[in-house]
Amino acid sequence: MARDGGVTCLRSSEMLNVGLGGMESPPLDLDEVHVLAVDDSLVDRIVIERLLRITSCKVTAVDSGWRALEFLGLDNEKASAELDRLKVDMIITDYCMPGMTGYELLKKIKESSSFRQVPVVIMSSENVLTRIDMCLEEGAEDFLLKPVKLADVKRLRNHLTGDVKLSNGNKRKLPEDSVTVHALLPPPPALTLSTDSSDSSPPLSPVEVFSSPLSSLIDDEDDDDVLTSSPTPEESPVRRQKMRSPGLD
Amino acid sequence: MDSHVAQLQMQYRNYILSLYQQGFLDDQFTELKSLQDDGSPDFVAEVLSLFFDDCVKLVGNMARALDQTGTVDFSQVGANVHQLKGSSSSVGAKRVKGLCINFKELCEAKNYEGCVRCLQQVDIEYKTLKAKLQDMFNVSVIIVHMNPVSVWDDFNKIILGKE
Repeated sequence: MARDGGVTCLRSSEMLNVGLGGMESPPLDLDEVHVLAVDDSLVDRIVIERLLRITSCKVTAVDSGWRALEFLGLDNEKASAELDRLKVDMIITDYCMPGMTGYELLKKIKESSSFRQVPVVIMSSENVLTRIDMCLEEGAEDFLLKPVKLADVKRLRNHLTGDVKLSNGNKRKLPEDSVTVHALLPPPPALTLSTDSSDSSPPLSPVEVFSSPLSSLIDDEDDDDVLTSSPTPEESPVRRQKMRSPGLD
Repeated sequence: MDSHVAQLQMQYRNYILSLYQQGFLDDQFTELKSLQDDGSPDFVAEVLSLFFDDCVKLVGNMARALDQTGTVDFSQVGANVHQLKGSSSSVGAKRVKGLCINFKELCEAKNYEGCVRCLQQVDIEYKTLKAKLQDMFNVSVIIVHMNPVSVWDDFNKIILGKE
């Protein structure tokens, strides 16, 4: 099937998604960031999906590494050229999963020619430095400690903004500043005007959040960054490590 | 009518604060609440509902695993505890999460009695939380029902003292 320059469509095997636990894969357009989320916990899938949607990402959520590979077309021996190109801008995966761990999934993605440049983010409930190092050495873009917060996802999203404008789905180059940021440096400045600049505003207290039972937060809140009650990303280097991805140098 | 609504609003607010103060909820719950908006008004309820389903399933798995007298597979129990710890952490169910941390250690120590006791506590704890959150949702529905038009204005005025 002929493809023009940068236009990519989801493969017909995307139809499999309907049977794979009712995942949603809405039609994509090139300017939208599409994230593949992998987590065996349904609760966590729903939360990460919401976090990503709030930051204007399209989300496909799957419940295992195998399903992720299936979705990406990496689950068989066919040369990727035979498969329709899939537009995936980021993969975010849990570390501890039965069957295939997030680390194993990361390795497989980095071994593939079609997807090795796609940033892979690992999430884990355990802050184990050896684990973090191992993932980063294997080429993980970032490592998030669970429970994941909106500020974490916003930071990831801002990071991707510069890539989305490129025309060809999978041949994405990470911006130079992302590659050269080291572990001890704070996260790179946002590429767009971000709402993460709320240094002057304290996190919202439960009182403020819960004054409106069923609606969103208080409208006359001055703080731009109403959607997060977590501290700004600069703190806690252990929690939010942003490191070089050696594989992409 | 306003004073009734105001009173209910105050009770609602205090009730929620007490859940935090008593350690039932932590800031992850606040985070989830902040992800809810008019476009997704049921987000918190949906996530919590899935969490409680998870609790039923995982507690059941653990009970069965511990029921295998003489041949208890503690790693199996531990795997379920790990999952419960993860989802309780994701919704801000602080006490359940805390129990899971202890539970994990008991599994690693293959402490049968300890595990059985801990499982009972987990069972009580998630059910207690469910009942409390159900009360909270019920009250919030009543408040909205009583004064649907200007309820948010009233909140801002009364609770935050803003005009």
